[in-house]
Amino acid sequence: MNKWITSALLVGAVFSGSISSQAMAQDESKDAIRLGIDVPYEPFVVRNADGDLEGFEIDLGNELCARANLECSWVEQSWDGIIPGLLARKYDAILSSMAITPERERQVMFSLPYYNTPSVWITARDRDIDIDDKESLKGLSVGVQRGTIRDVYVTQEYGDVLDINRYGSSQDVVNDLKSGRLDLTFEDFPIANDAIDFRKEDSPYKQLGDSIKTPTAIFGKGAAMAFRQRDKELAAKFDKAICEVYADGTYDKLMDQYFDYDLSVRPSEQDCAE
Amino acid sequence: MEQLNGWFTELLSGNAIFTANTLSFYWSGLVTTVQLVFLSLLIGVILAVPLAIGRGSKRRWIKLPIYAYTYVFRGTPLLIQLYLVYYGVVFFDGIQDSIFWVVFKQAFFPALIAFTLNTAAYTTEIFHGAIKNTAKGEIEAARAYGMSRKLMMRRIILPSAFRRALPAYGNEVIFMLHASAVASVVTIMDLTGAAYYVYARFYAPFDAFIFVALVYLCLTFSIMFTFRQLEKRLLAHLRPRGV
Repeated sequence: MNKWITSALLVGAVFSGSISSQAMAQDESKDAIRLGIDVPYEPFVVRNADGDLEGFEIDLGNELCARANLECSWVEQSWDGIIPGLLARKYDAILSSMAITPERERQVMFSLPYYNTPSVWITARDRDIDIDDKESLKGLSVGVQRGTIRDVYVTQEYGDVLDINRYGSSQDVVNDLKSGRLDLTFEDFPIANDAIDFRKEDSPYKQLGDSIKTPTAIFGKGAAMAFRQRDKELAAKFDKAICEVYADGTYDKLMDQYFDYDLSVRPSEQDCAE
Repeated sequence: MEQLNGWFTELLSGNAIFTANTLSFYWSGLVTTVQLVFLSLLIGVILAVPLAIGRGSKRRWIKLPIYAYTYVFRGTPLLIQLYLVYYGVVFFDGIQDSIFWVVFKQAFFPALIAFTLNTAAYTTEIFHGAIKNTAKGEIEAARAYGMSRKLMMRRIILPSAFRRALPAYGNEVIFMLHASAVASVVTIMDLTGAAYYVYARFYAPFDAFIFVALVYLCLTFSIMFTFRQLEKRLLAHLRPRGV
């Protein structure tokens, strides 16, 4: 019985491999490359009812491929094996919300970042707090998820004025904001948006100040495509395509389609110079 | 002393993780842990003595509620009890506006309440067992002297029961110290909370946790030493003669 299952799985694996190679051979004039992605990660990528991949990253990836004059196909890969899969040539690039970190930079080469989710200060709607006036914050309590970049930011910037409570999960932070134990929380924008819906008029919570993405030393450069170290030409093609989609507004159109907040990381002119 | 000081600074300057800053985190964590454990044990013992006497009562309406209490608190994990006290109180309407909120707003008091109730339940059962095991002869002798139940409890049963309970209670103290590590899930910066912080800050789980493990070991050792000394004194009559 077990043997049957194993052989069925093997056949399935071979079959799915042949499908992706068929997809590759569609257009002879373009170079074919394969993009690795971890599915699902809503709304960046999901599999729809027809079994096709869709989402922000799929649309963006296809757009970038078209501009780089490449014939792209998608290869599904679970997250923990996604860098080894790239190095083992199961695909030629990763486009899967991978944040640029020094550790990863030692193994792979990153493109320009294509998105970075901001962080926001949240408080109760009836509170009057000025987050930039540090003196006025003395004695207030803030909740953050322990060990996240937001913990590092708050500790570094507000460690001497705010009373910092560190939680194991962001759900716990939200619970204690609701219970009234916390005056403030500093949260990842999408998580805060889902959990407390602070942008609605009738929501009991509101955002304080601007969304925060800098300093880069703490918040990172953002998510980028990853390539094998030696594929410099391929990376350059995608960098150029990323500059183009930003320059002509295609990026913003795609972003508006999936998100109602700004997660763009606009490349500098220097980055886009030839 | 100066030599030791120099050696210590040298040790500290040689690494990036255990700076004066993180060591002060560990120190305040140690203080919080000791406070939390000591206070909950103290209040726990005070609660446990009358509860243990009541637990052995012949009247069902005294005995059964106490049994139910110890059963519930020994039958559920401390982490769950802590969550229930910390997040549960919020579900009482209007608690934020009542005077209780001063107590429940901070994480320390919900944790203290959960720990106290937990250790009181275990201690009640330990004392109850010790009281039940009082030698029949001692009770009969006390009766023969015409002691009332109260006097017998105070002069005969409790003193010998406490002595018998001492080794088991020493274990409970050590268990409580180790169980207090769950306090960090409700934002208390105890020893484990400090270790979590250092781990998250430097991505160095091994260094952060091995250090805190050593601190716990030292604490456990001093508790064991204290109870060893107490047992030597209080249980001297049980040792073989001439040793």
